[in-house]
Amino acid sequence: MSFLIDSSIMITSQILFFGFGWLFFMRQLFKDYEVRQYVVQVIFSVTFAFSCTMFELIIFEILGVLNSSSRYFHWKMNLCVILLILVFMVPFYIGYFIVSNIRLLHKQRLLFSCLLWLTFMYFFWKLGDPFPILSPKHGILSIEQLISRVGVIGVTLMALLSGFGAVNCPYTYMSYFLRNVTDTDILALERRLLQTMDMIISKKKRMAMTRRTMFQKGEVHNKPSGFWGMIKSVTTSAPGSENLTLIQQEVDALEELSRQLFLETADLYATKERIEYSKTFKGKYFNFLGYFFSIYCVWKIFMATINIVFDRVGKTDPVTRGIEITVNYLGIQFDVKFWSQHISFILVGIIIVTSIRGLLITLTKFFYAISSSKSSNVIVLLLAQIMGMYFVSSVLLIRMSMPLEYRTIITEVLGELQFNFYHRWFDVIFLLWDKTMNNLTGIGHFPVLELNVFICNRKLVENL
Amino acid sequence: MASLDRVKVLVLGDSGVGKSSLVHLLCQNQVLGNPSWTVGCSVDVRVHDYKEGTPEEKTYYIELWDVGGSVGSASSVKSTRAVFYNSVNGIILVHDLTNKKSSQNLYRWSLEALNRDLVPTGVLVTNGDYDREQFADNQIPLLVIGTKLDQIHENKRHEVLTRTAFLAEDFNAEEINLVIEKRYFLRDGNQIPGFPDRKRFGGGTLKSLHYD
Repeated sequence: MSFLIDSSIMITSQILFFGFGWLFFMRQLFKDYEVRQYVVQVIFSVTFAFSCTMFELIIFEILGVLNSSSRYFHWKMNLCVILLILVFMVPFYIGYFIVSNIRLLHKQRLLFSCLLWLTFMYFFWKLGDPFPILSPKHGILSIEQLISRVGVIGVTLMALLSGFGAVNCPYTYMSYFLRNVTDTDILALERRLLQTMDMIISKKKRMAMTRRTMFQKGEVHNKPSGFWGMIKSVTTSAPGSENLTLIQQEVDALEELSRQLFLETADLYATKERIEYSKTFKGKYFNFLGYFFSIYCVWKIFMATINIVFDRVGKTDPVTRGIEITVNYLGIQFDVKFWSQHISFILVGIIIVTSIRGLLITLTKFFYAISSSKSSNVIVLLLAQIMGMYFVSSVLLIRMSMPLEYRTIITEVLGELQFNFYHRWFDVIFLLWDKTMNNLTGIGHFPVLELNVFICNRKLVENL
Repeated sequence: MASLDRVKVLVLGDSGVGKSSLVHLLCQNQVLGNPSWTVGCSVDVRVHDYKEGTPEEKTYYIELWDVGGSVGSASSVKSTRAVFYNSVNGIILVHDLTNKKSSQNLYRWSLEALNRDLVPTGVLVTNGDYDREQFADNQIPLLVIGTKLDQIHENKRHEVLTRTAFLAEDFNAEEINLVIEKRYFLRDGNQIPGFPDRKRFGGGTLKSLHYD
C-alpha cells in the first residue's frame, strides 16, 4: 500500500518536472524559433524530468522520506530510463536530424541515422577501454558498464565547465581587465565604417550602370559554359566584363573590411557598456565577488594539484569534518545526528539547485550564440544529451559531499564503480583545462572579437 | 553616373528569412547560389527607371541595405546597427511564411529602425506591445515581403495569407508574398512567376516599385 502512495508521489513530481522542462524549452530556448518537430521538445523535457527526479531521490534519501524499498526501486527504474534515453534515444534522434538537413541523403533518412547511431555506439564502447572501470563480473549491457562510460563523459564535461568558469569569471567580473574606451573612439570607427559602405556603394553603382549599358547595347554577358566556352573566354572577352571582374574583386575586399569594422565597433560598444556597468553599485559588488572568486579558484587549483601529487582523495565529507571541527576545537556540544542530517540536506540542496540553474543558464547562452533556424533541432538535442550526462555525473560526484549513512543508496544502486577514479579524473581534467585556458588567453583576457569571428565563420560554413 | 539621384532602402528581418537572396535577386537578376550569414550590412544597387514611358521618367539608383542580425541581439550590436538607419527613404520588412516568430518580430524590427521606444510615453497604457498609433505619423513607406511561399502546403496557404494580410494592414504597408527559388526563374531575366502582384505603393515618396 505504501508502495503505491510513494509511486504516486514520485510520478506527480515527475510530471511537474516535465512541465517545467516544457515551459523552459518554449519560453527560453526556442523563443525566436518555431517548434516544428514536437519530438524534440518532448525528448528535452523527458531528459530534464528524469534528471531532476534523481536529485529528488537523493534529497529524499537524506530526509528519510518514503519507504526505503520503494526508494530503491525508483532509483533503479529511474537510472534504467535515463540510461536508455541518453544512450539510445537522443543519439539516434541527433543522427536523424543531422541526416534530414543534408539534402542528398533525404530519401534514406532512417538507414543513415541507424548507421550514425551504430558508429556512436562503437566509439562509446571503445571509450571504456583505457579506463580502470571494467569489472569482469558483469555482463555487457549491465547498468554498471553503461553508467561508467556516461560518468566519464559527464565528469569530463563538468571539469571543463568548472575550468572555464574559473578563468572566465574573474575576467567578466573584474574591472581590472577593461580597456579604456571613449566616445570619440567609437565615433571615429563609425565614420570609417560609413565611408567604407559609401565606397562599396559607388563601386556597385558603376557596376550596375556598366551592366545596364551593356545590356542595352545588346552585349549579353556570356558566362563561359563548357570546355570550349572556357577556352574562348581566355582569348576573347568583352572589355566591359573585364572591368566588372576587377571592380568585383575590389568590392569583395571592401566588404570584408566593412565586416571587420562592424565587429570592432560592436566590441567597443560592449566594452563601453561594461565600463558604465562597473561604475554602478551592482558592478562594484560583482567586482568584489570577482576578486573573491579568483582567490577561490586559485585555491581549488592548488587543492587539485595536491590531490594528484599526493594521490589522495578526500575521505570525509565537508559536513562531518565541519561538525568534527566545531565539536572538538570549539567545544560546542550539540546533537550530531540531528544536525548532520539537516546541514547535509541544505548543503546538497544548494549544490543541486545552483548546478541545475547554472547549467540551464549556460545552455541558454550557448544556444543563442550558435544556433540558427536550420540547426536548432540538432543543437537542442545535443544540449539535452550534455545535460543528461552532466546530471548523472553530478550524482556520482555528489556522493563525496554526503555523510556515510546517506551514501549507501548510491553505492548500492550503482554497484562497484570506482568512485575514487572519478574524483581523480575530475581533478586532472580541471587542471589541464585551466592550464590550457590560461596559456591561450594571457592573464584571462578572452578575446571577444575572435570569438565573434569564430561564430561568424561557423555560420558561413553552413550553406546548405 | 553619380549625378543620378539615390534612394536608400533598408531591408530588415530575422536571420534566415531570405533577405540576402531577395536583394541579390533584385539587383543581379540571378538567384543567389550559396547564401551565407550576413555580418554587419551588405549593400547592393539597382538602377531603376521611375515612371518609365512617361514624360516624367527619371532614373534612380536604389540602394538596398541588407542589415544582418536578430532582433534579440545584444544592445552593443543594436547600437552599431543604428548607424545604418540614418536618412532612410523606405523600409522593406522581410519575414518567413513558414516561421510565425519572424512575422511577430517584424514589429520590433520596424520600431528599432524608426528609432522609437517600445514603451510609449503618452497617456495610452499598453503592455509594451505593438501600438498602431506609433505608425500613424510615419512618413517612411513600408513594404512587407513574405518568402518561401512554396514551402507551405496547399491547404494551409489560405490561412497563412490572411494572417499576413492583417500584418501588412497593421503597418499600413503594402504586401508581397513570393518565392525565391531556382526552379521558378526564367531566362529572360525579369519574370518571376508565382506571386500575387500587389499594387504599387506611393505614399508621397520618390519611388514606386513594380516588377515587370
